[in-house]
Amino acid sequence: MSDVKKKIKNIKIDLDKCNGCRACEMICSAFHANPKYSSNNPARSRIRLVRDPIRDVYLPVYAGEYASAECMGRDKYVIDGKEYGECSFCRASCPSRDAFKEPDSGLPLKCDMCEDLPPGEKPLCVQVCLNEALIYEEREEEAAEAEKPEDVEIGLSSLADKYGLQTVMETLARLSKKE
Amino acid sequence: MRYAETGFNLEIDLSRGNIERVETDPRLTELYLGGLGTNAKILWDRVSPETEPFSPDNLLIFSTGLLCGTPAPGANRTIVTTYSPQTLLMGYSMMGGFFAPELKYAGYDKIIFRGKSPKLIYLWIHNDKVEIRDAAHLQGRGAVETQELIRRELNQPNAQVAAIGLAGENRVYTASIEQGRSSCSRLGIGAVMGDKRIKAIAVRGTKDVNLARPEEFIELCNDVLKYIKDREDKPIPGVMPILAGLGSPQEMKHVDEKWHTENFSWGNSRVRRKDFWTKEVEDKWRETQLKARTRLISCYNCPMKCGAIISLEGMSTYMMKCFTKLTYTMAAFVDDLDFGFRIAQRATEYGVDGFSTPQIMAFAFELKEAGILTDADFAGCPEDNEGKFYWLLDRIVRREGIGDVLANGTHWAAQQIGKGAEAYAHNNIKKHEQLPLKLGMLNPVYFLMYCTGEKANITQIEGQFPQAPFPTMEEREDFVKDWVHVPEEKFKQYLLDWEMRGERSNPTYPTVDMSVDIVDWQEKMHYIDDALGVCAGLSSFPLKPPYHIHNYPHFISSATGIEMDEARLTEVYNRNRNLMRAINIRRGLKREDEKPPEDHWRKRFPELEEKLLDAYYKFKGWNKDGIPTKETLQKLNLGYVAEDLEQRGIINNE
Repeated sequence: MSDVKKKIKNIKIDLDKCNGCRACEMICSAFHANPKYSSNNPARSRIRLVRDPIRDVYLPVYAGEYASAECMGRDKYVIDGKEYGECSFCRASCPSRDAFKEPDSGLPLKCDMCEDLPPGEKPLCVQVCLNEALIYEEREEEAAEAEKPEDVEIGLSSLADKYGLQTVMETLARLSKKE
Repeated sequence: MRYAETGFNLEIDLSRGNIERVETDPRLTELYLGGLGTNAKILWDRVSPETEPFSPDNLLIFSTGLLCGTPAPGANRTIVTTYSPQTLLMGYSMMGGFFAPELKYAGYDKIIFRGKSPKLIYLWIHNDKVEIRDAAHLQGRGAVETQELIRRELNQPNAQVAAIGLAGENRVYTASIEQGRSSCSRLGIGAVMGDKRIKAIAVRGTKDVNLARPEEFIELCNDVLKYIKDREDKPIPGVMPILAGLGSPQEMKHVDEKWHTENFSWGNSRVRRKDFWTKEVEDKWRETQLKARTRLISCYNCPMKCGAIISLEGMSTYMMKCFTKLTYTMAAFVDDLDFGFRIAQRATEYGVDGFSTPQIMAFAFELKEAGILTDADFAGCPEDNEGKFYWLLDRIVRREGIGDVLANGTHWAAQQIGKGAEAYAHNNIKKHEQLPLKLGMLNPVYFLMYCTGEKANITQIEGQFPQAPFPTMEEREDFVKDWVHVPEEKFKQYLLDWEMRGERSNPTYPTVDMSVDIVDWQEKMHYIDDALGVCAGLSSFPLKPPYHIHNYPHFISSATGIEMDEARLTEVYNRNRNLMRAINIRRGLKREDEKPPEDHWRKRFPELEEKLLDAYYKFKGWNKDGIPTKETLQKLNLGYVAEDLEQRGIINNE
């Protein structure tokens, strides 16, 4: 096992600097339109501003992994006297809410860091945020390279999981006799 | 497919409870663009000039601008149009915020209300689903509070809501429509909404807004963003801080109020306090503002921060922008800014115009001092400056006692009160209260804008050209160096030659013709903004803005696919300008109404003023009475307007 270098793309979100304009939502939906920029619709955006001016809640959140089920219990966070529901910070497209879903099809959306942009360009939400509430960072991390099990081994171990190792071995033995 | 616009209006008949989605004629977009332009066309076509503002036949039109909902930065304005109960002319008031883009995303360019609802209602628009809902439980609720209550009862945290408060419900002539940090405040539009018994409109949209030539359009938007960033790093030297940058006047950001407090008038636009801004006041006011202000905020898709969230101990949070923090403070002669923020909270919930309302109150207390109003009118009113303003505000929005008279604004109240009260309603243009500004020497450019502005509101016309000359040639040369915004090179020379004193200074310089040119340019930019729904704060209002006459045609053509260049855009502006003028002429506007408050400048020049007005009318293709000629109208595809004016005997059939 050896260590490998991995590039981690990161967007730092400074809640105090957000002016609530939602340019990030607009440009995200425009960039991911087909053809590019041909339309925009913040409801299709992969970043959402959780916005509640009266309580001074301004919280940009990016779409992450799809979750097939909603959480069993939900918590609340109080930060600087402001109450945030747990879902406010959650990146999942999940059945409990309509965030991060295509408005027409309901299919889940996920931030791709604008991977179609030429290399070296920052994601567009960061580019349009002149108030610098969204700051792009890249860092390299050393990560242990996991040993890649062969495909056959993966297949066999899942069969073993399902039927038990003994059954798999017996089956293999029987198959080899037939050959 | 329609580009930039949706191509559909919502037609709501409140009397019958009928809702229709109506496709619009794309040819009208080419002629009038949208926003204020198409609103004016609808008002001309569908509301006869005899219609009373509070008649069911009056329309109340909520419109997006043509570019609202596109990626164009700052294209977020809602333009609300109707006949004003105060001026009786065409009233249009505009607000930023998030309402117009949301309406576009819901699939509509405009909401057109006609008739009158039998009971208080609110409208809920969720894409194709549009409902008229009962609002009995919201009666008397605050305008900010109502927005929250509706979002909660619909379980729609992302819905945008525009609402009226008690003032609108009671048809106070200075009633506003409030929406987040923004409001349509001027000219009593909220009173018409209340008269139609509409408490609020809530909208949520999740549809696409399309562009004709997206790559080209987005490039233009990127240029604008880059320009804003650079321009913000380079404030214009030699002008006051609130005018040095972009956006609407940065009253929430800046705490230095020396200029306003010492140059604007206190009370009923009477008293200048030239030594007000002491170190002690400055420290105290800074502390108050920074404590009250939780965050600086913007409208949809705009990097500026013209508004603020205001949270004061013991009262609910609200949002504010621009000048309102000072209007109540100064009208009431209160030296504590904390009062300004606190009374504005109540006023915002009531939903009243922060310019006119404080002046009405100052006017009333002046009448009391003069013995024209009596102690009986003010029975129960506290003695202290703060207390008496709160007391009177409560009476006005409830139309109780003397408040019922004052709720009609200074002009109509003075008429009703009589006994010489008219002389105290001294700060009006076309029956509408103006900025409390009293100056020395006549400025010919401002004279023309005050006189001829269809809205009777100076900040909706000015911009582009500096308000005063720069003292040295060096400063002037420095200013014109990167002044790419001028429609023609000659404007640079106008500025270079403009002196503080001597022959080439106010009132005779800029000359009559130059003044007309400058006003025409300033007006043009406002009319284009108001049709496109782009905020004046990024365009017509500040010096050296990101949008101007040279890049606008490209924005319009790449967004919509309509062929556009500077000449065509100028023609659209002239068309909209003349149509608005014709609407007001048909409502009875006369040359004699076109004058600033008599005491606006100490030094007046009647002969020069007549010349200015003559030249302006001539330049516009209007006759001596300020009425567009048949030829002018026909050239602008407004033959139908000429025909109507002819039939009414307003223009000659020759």
